[in-house]
Amino acid sequence: MLGYFIQRCLQAILVMLVMSVIVFVGVYAIGNPMEVLIPPDAPQDVRNFIIARFGLDRPLWEQYLTFLGNVFVGDFGYSFVYNMPVLDLILSRLPSTLELALTAVLGAALIGVPLGVYAGYRPNAVSSHTIMSLSILGFSVPTFWVGLILILTFAVSLGWLPAGGRGETVTLWGVEWSFLTANGWSHLFLPAINLALFKMAMMIRLARAGTQEAMLTDTVKFARAAGLSEATIVLRHVLKLISIPIITVFGLELGSTLAFAVVTETIFSWPGLGKLIIDSITNLDRPVMVAYLILVALLFMTINLVIDLIYAALDPRLSRGGA
Amino acid sequence: MSEPLLQVAGLSTQFHTQAGVVKAVSDVSFSLERGQILGLVGESGSGKSVTGFSLLGLVDPPGRIAEGSIRFDGQELVGMPQPDLRALRGKRIAMVFQDPMMTLNPVLSVGTQMTLAVRAHDKVSKQMARDRAVEALTRVGIPDAGHRLDAYPHQFSGGMRQRVAIAIAMIHSPDIIIADEPTTALDVSIQAQILHEMRELAKDSGTALIWISHDLATVSSLAERLLVMYAGTIVEEGPTARVLRNPRHPYTRGLLDSLPATAPPGQNLQQIPGSMPSLLALPPGCAFAPRCSFASEVCNGDVPYLVTGPSAFRCHHPIGEAK
Repeated sequence: MLGYFIQRCLQAILVMLVMSVIVFVGVYAIGNPMEVLIPPDAPQDVRNFIIARFGLDRPLWEQYLTFLGNVFVGDFGYSFVYNMPVLDLILSRLPSTLELALTAVLGAALIGVPLGVYAGYRPNAVSSHTIMSLSILGFSVPTFWVGLILILTFAVSLGWLPAGGRGETVTLWGVEWSFLTANGWSHLFLPAINLALFKMAMMIRLARAGTQEAMLTDTVKFARAAGLSEATIVLRHVLKLISIPIITVFGLELGSTLAFAVVTETIFSWPGLGKLIIDSITNLDRPVMVAYLILVALLFMTINLVIDLIYAALDPRLSRGGA
Repeated sequence: MSEPLLQVAGLSTQFHTQAGVVKAVSDVSFSLERGQILGLVGESGSGKSVTGFSLLGLVDPPGRIAEGSIRFDGQELVGMPQPDLRALRGKRIAMVFQDPMMTLNPVLSVGTQMTLAVRAHDKVSKQMARDRAVEALTRVGIPDAGHRLDAYPHQFSGGMRQRVAIAIAMIHSPDIIIADEPTTALDVSIQAQILHEMRELAKDSGTALIWISHDLATVSSLAERLLVMYAGTIVEEGPTARVLRNPRHPYTRGLLDSLPATAPPGQNLQQIPGSMPSLLALPPGCAFAPRCSFASEVCNGDVPYLVTGPSAFRCHHPIGEAK
């Protein structure tokens, strides 16, 4: 198990290294950030001074190695635009995205999986057909449109919920959180729903397909023959049988929501990572982009590792090292 | 002798599919005494398993029991509400399936599956249920049962897995165990062990067995009475020794002739020409007539079930002679 863990960590470091090279070269190719940052009418000596200050007069490989050396001591560099350490910048935005993504993905799973299991258990019931039609809707309607409609309905017409922002926050472990206040929840609600719809549709379809298949197995027949109640069969046998694909998608969705909730964050002016990366791309703020994408890679790999560990716990056949 | 433990009369189970009505079981009648071992023989698709599932009220939709009666210990099972049937399943009538790899849930420990089976009928504490599980595993010959309880099905060998399934079936000391080809997926040497153990266990606890198999050889070593099924109907029944020595129905004869043990070494095995008719379109009269070398005009009309003493057969041209 420990060897496996170390192997995964080495793999993660390698991926992050490759990632940083690609992003570094890629951003370099897009354009010169100085064209955006320095006013066109600045005198030449000021120009040179700024370029030298950011180290942009050096050849690309030297810039990269300097960057890499700094990363190893925990310094991801300074943002060109915000003029603050990139790490602080990202960490200040992370909690708001974290709570939004977690609320959305958890909510999607907690609602979607039971609905899907029900639809799979009674595939021919009218209510199941309704659930499945709704899930198709959740798949096909674009996020930005749903977001606008949600704002139009609940914020503008009904006036029940705020249209954007984070609302009141409470400090916990030195970080601001919205989910600990009622006002924060009212701000969190609409963007979370907007993000959750697609994921919920996916959870419904996954859970339904799994349940339908599981109900036909001899395992379920044998459990019925032993006199187990239908509730016990579904809750103890079926739910565990279908959990692997659901956990997989849960992890992937959590990762992608954390990294790329751009549309929703923009519509609801949620001050999260998605907005940060879009702004950085527009401003060619390379240190932020590089650090951000490395962080995303790290995030995905951490989530994948955790999911692999959960697999082993859920299905003993997959655990390494045997009994 | 008063009423038998189980009395099946005129049982017909049909599947209503888009292609038409599949008559999986037609007009099956038999009875079973307490502690008796009954062999139900026939080739694949002859309706043996569906007969077994009909007894438990576990015929999967779109199948249903079209007519007939199943009287078990004074109660009519056909038309009994599912909750009442559930209370009988596992408690008084249990079932063991063909492939223990498929019937045991791979992601639940053996102990969990056994305690679920115990607590499906008896509201006892978890610890008590575990104790009974250990007892049941010990009874079927699993060494060190206390420790094996936390193991998962894949950590057992094929024979041990089937023993676990049998232990689950026997955990409530049922009146009847329906064994649906429980040794087919096992090695021959293990088969013999399981056969022997099942017989001993049934004898010790006074449990009646309905042993379903396509393998005349295994059944005949175990069963006191044999039922031979073909295309959903019983074509012959009688005491095992009589059926083997003096089969009356040409199909039974054909089955016996195709056993490897009866053919001289080096010669081709006898086979029954042709294949079983589709259960969607059974020929009128005797379903075996198209494959039968004795068939004549009369075989296309109704074939009565001739009962003489403990034996019965359904044929206009019986072979051998009545005793």
